[in-house]
Amino acid sequence: MSETADRVKKIVVEHLGVEAEKVTEDASFIDDLGADSLDIVELVMAFEEEFGVEIPDDAAEKIATVKDAIDYIDSKQ
Amino acid sequence: MFDLTGMTALVTGASGGIGSAIAKGLAAQGATLALSGSNEEKLKAFAAELGGGHKTLVCNLSDPVAVDALVPQAVEALGGKLDILVNNAGITRDNLILRMKDDEWADVISVNLEAAFRLARAAAKPMMKARFGRIISITSVVGVTGNPGQANYAASKAGIIGMSKSLGQELASRGITVNCVAPGFIRSAMTDALNDAQKGAILTKIPAGDLGAGEDIGAAVVYLASKEAGYVTGQTLHVNGGMAMI
Repeated sequence: MSETADRVKKIVVEHLGVEAEKVTEDASFIDDLGADSLDIVELVMAFEEEFGVEIPDDAAEKIATVKDAIDYIDSKQ
Repeated sequence: MFDLTGMTALVTGASGGIGSAIAKGLAAQGATLALSGSNEEKLKAFAAELGGGHKTLVCNLSDPVAVDALVPQAVEALGGKLDILVNNAGITRDNLILRMKDDEWADVISVNLEAAFRLARAAAKPMMKARFGRIISITSVVGVTGNPGQANYAASKAGIIGMSKSLGQELASRGITVNCVAPGFIRSAMTDALNDAQKGAILTKIPAGDLGAGEDIGAAVVYLASKEAGYVTGQTLHVNGGMAMI
């Protein structure tokens, strides 16, 4: 597992209060991890802070799964 | 009760009549303030009068770039956190609708409503992270009742109420409350300029038989800012001596 993936999953576990095993790369934030729209905004803010990247709104809207987040961050680094 | 020790607040229009009373109220309960206004001299003089470690931030609320920068500046000046935002600054450009110029409408909406939106948007970020926040906007009784000659002002104040209700619903789960205080007639330079006949006409509409004081508004803001008011959100607290019961 990549370093980005580890850090993304750690943030998701902390923010959503879910068990680490549930945070698979295919997991959907809303459907599988119980996030609401405000949680997504907060997660994006946390990713921006952790990785020092800016995630514009149109990109943030496309981040639905854990893998989407990892891929987007990797593409910007 | 209503202790604000250790809390920080940004107050716009802080050197004005109602704004200074709000600032005094919050400071008296122990909050540390960032006082914002457009007149640096007045602001500095008021900060000196208030004493304590309060900061001043000059900002022109009709300039969106300056408004967007204000919350980050306040967070920095206040040691990295912002617990309370008080959108108090407001202007009037009264005119009957048939005579109202485009810029009279636009200026009032820009300062009274758009700046409040920009500041709330910026403040929501640190407040969400902190899982605590108080966004309090000063609206007006005329935002609910309307007032001839004030289509622009009443629209801006009604807009603040609707915005606050929406934000209250968006942010409640993060410990952030969003409320309004709606003053009626409050003693100020504006009401001092009225003649006795005008004052008398106003007083007939106020069951309490007197104009309000800035402190009446300050006390309402202190309550809504307090931890004790944590279950109150999306509300408008009318402080008007009974002139409108809504």
